[in-house]
Amino acid sequence: MYEEKILEIKNLHTAFRFEDQYYDAVDGVSLSLYKNELLAIVGESGCGKSTIANSIVGLHDKNYTRVSGEIIYSDENVINYSEDQLNEIRGKEIGFIFQDPLASLNPLQRIGMQIEESLIYHTDLNKNQRWEKVISLLEQVGIDNPERTARQFPHQLSGGMRQRVLIAIALSCKPNIIIADEPTTALDVTIQAQILDLLSGLQKEINAGIILITHDLGVVAQMADRVAVMYAGEIVELATAKELFENPLHPYTRSLLQSIPQSDSPESELHVIRGMVPSLKNLPRTGCRFAPRIPYIDEAEHEENPVLHQVSENHFVRCTCWKNFRFED
Amino acid sequence: MSFLEINNLKVHFPIRGGFFNTIQDYVKAVDDVSIKIEEGRTYGLIGESGSGKTTVGKAIVGLEQPTGGEILYYGKRVNSKKLRKKMDYNKEVQMIFQDVLSSLDPKKRIRDIIAEPIRNYENLSKEEEIKKLLDLLNIVGMPPDALYKYPHEFSGGQRQRIGIARSVALSPKLIVADEPVSALDLSVQAQILNFLKQIQEEFSLSYLFISHDLGVVKHMCDYIYIMYRGRLVETGTTQDIFNNPQHIYTKKLIAAIPEIDVENRDTIRLNRMKVEKEYAKNEKIFYDKDGKVFDLLPISETHFVAVKSKEDLKNVENSVA
Repeated sequence: MYEEKILEIKNLHTAFRFEDQYYDAVDGVSLSLYKNELLAIVGESGCGKSTIANSIVGLHDKNYTRVSGEIIYSDENVINYSEDQLNEIRGKEIGFIFQDPLASLNPLQRIGMQIEESLIYHTDLNKNQRWEKVISLLEQVGIDNPERTARQFPHQLSGGMRQRVLIAIALSCKPNIIIADEPTTALDVTIQAQILDLLSGLQKEINAGIILITHDLGVVAQMADRVAVMYAGEIVELATAKELFENPLHPYTRSLLQSIPQSDSPESELHVIRGMVPSLKNLPRTGCRFAPRIPYIDEAEHEENPVLHQVSENHFVRCTCWKNFRFED
Repeated sequence: MSFLEINNLKVHFPIRGGFFNTIQDYVKAVDDVSIKIEEGRTYGLIGESGSGKTTVGKAIVGLEQPTGGEILYYGKRVNSKKLRKKMDYNKEVQMIFQDVLSSLDPKKRIRDIIAEPIRNYENLSKEEEIKKLLDLLNIVGMPPDALYKYPHEFSGGQRQRIGIARSVALSPKLIVADEPVSALDLSVQAQILNFLKQIQEEFSLSYLFISHDLGVVKHMCDYIYIMYRGRLVETGTTQDIFNNPQHIYTKKLIAAIPEIDVENRDTIRLNRMKVEKEYAKNEKIFYDKDGKVFDLLPISETHFVAVKSKEDLKNVENSVA
C-alpha cells in the first residue's frame, strides 16, 4: 500500500531534566513515515507531540534533555549526530514549519535573505540563480507580488503571508520530510484552509512525507493519511484517518471525538473527560495511563503493561481497556 | 424584549502623523454596528482577527469609548462613565477575557480576586463575603481551599473558571465572553462550555460570545452576528446562518470549517474552491469600490444581509444554480 519508508522512529525516549531527575516526556514512541504520506500526530497540550518533532531534528538543549532510541533516516541513526552533521540534513532534507511564524523569522532581515539563507548553505547556486529561486519559491506558495515581498521585513506581512514565507523556506531545498508543528493554529479559518490546501498541493509536487502536528481533529480529518493519537507521552492509537474517525477504539480517542462541539443537536451536553492530564512529574509510569481518567472501568479490563495491539491491518490500539469501554451515563 | 440595544456603534481610532502630529485619518475599527440583546439568550459575534469584534465587546462593557452611536440599557443611554454608574450598568454587564492569566492579578489570592466586584458594589461583612465566595466556588466546581491560592497554582481550565466565578459574582444580566475557550484543550473546552450553559439556566444570563471558532458558536448561540472589516455582513439565527448563508463572506467562512468527515474530504475541498471562486467573482455585489461592506438589508424577519440591493442577491443565486 505504501511507498518506501523514509523515516523510522524506534522506541524514542525524550526526557527533560527537572531537579536532577529526568522525566520522560516522550516514552517509547515508534513511528514510521512513508514517502508521499501525511502523518498527523494529535493530542492535547503536554502530550509530547512537539517533543517528538524537536527530537527528530535535534532541537533540544542537550544539557537538559536526554534522547534515546533510534531515529533512522536514510539508513543512519541521526540521534547521535553532532550539531554539524545535523546541520547537513536540517533545512536540506528535513524542512520545519513552526507554529508562530513571527517568532521564527528574523525581524531585522528581509524576507528574501531569509529564504536565501538555506540555499547558501545547501546548494551551489550563484547569487543571481539564488535570487531567481527565491522569487519562484514565493510564487509557488501563492504570494502575488514576490519581488516586492522578498524586499519586505516580516512585520510588514500578515500572519497568513508569514506562514507562506515559512513554507517557502521549508521547501527551498526540496526536502524529503516536512515537519509542520501546528502550522495553522494562529490563523483564521479561511486562511487556515488556504494554507492547508497549499501544503497538500506542494507535497504532491515534491513527493515529500509530511508530519503534521496539531490538536485540531477537524484539520486531521481533512488532511491526514494516517493518524497517531498521543496521550501522556505514548501513542494510544495509530490508524489510517478513515479507520480512526469511522471506528475509533481507544477510550481517549473516543472521548476526544465526543467532546468536539459538532452541534447537530445543540441542546446536548458535550462529553467531558474526568480529571486532568497528569503533569510530567506525576505521570503514572506503570499500567494504563488513561485508567485514572476512566475510573468507572474495572481495573481488570486494563493490561498490566499496555502495549500497542494490532486490531486490523492498519489499526493499532494500546491496552485492552477499549474492548469493554462504554461512556459513563 | 431586549434590555440592551447597541445602535450604530462606531469606534474610530485616529492615525496621527505629519509635522504637527495632527490627525491624518481614522481606523474605523467598528463602523455602524447594531446589536440587540434579550434576556436569557446567547449571541455570537464572529469575525477574523482585526475585524473589530473584540472592540465591540470592550465598547459594550465600557472599556472603550465609542466615537459615535449609542448604547441603550433599558432605553437609557449608558455611553459615559457617569451614566453607567447611575444605572449600576457595570454591575449588570460583565466580561470574561480570552487570556485569563493576564486578567487575574498574580499577586492577589483567589479570595481577593473574586471578592473585588462584590466589595465594589455590595456591603457585606467578612463572614457573609466568605459564605458568598464559597457559594461561587461551588457553582464553578472548585474546592474551598482554592480561596487562599494564587492564580499561577491553577491550570488553564481552572483559571477560566475563576474568571467566570468573578464575572457571575454580582449575578449580572449579560456576560461578554471574549474567546473564552480558544486557549483551552478540547476536553477542558467541553467542560467550560457545558458549565457556561448550566449557569445560564441558573441565573437566566445572556451571553455575547465573541469567537472565531464557528463550531463553538454553532453549539452555543441562538443568534449570530458576523463581522468583517468593522461592519456587520450578515446576522441571523444560527439556522439562518448555517443553513442559508447569503453573504459571500459567510459562505467562505462556513466552507473553511474543517469538518470531521474523512469520507467526503474531496467534495468538501471542491466545494471550498467553488466558494472561493464565487467570492472573487461576486465581490462587487457585496463590497463597494473602496471595499466597504454595504448596509444590512432584511431578507426575512430574523435574517439580515449586507448587500447593495436584494435583486443582486437573486442574481448571485441564479448564476450559481
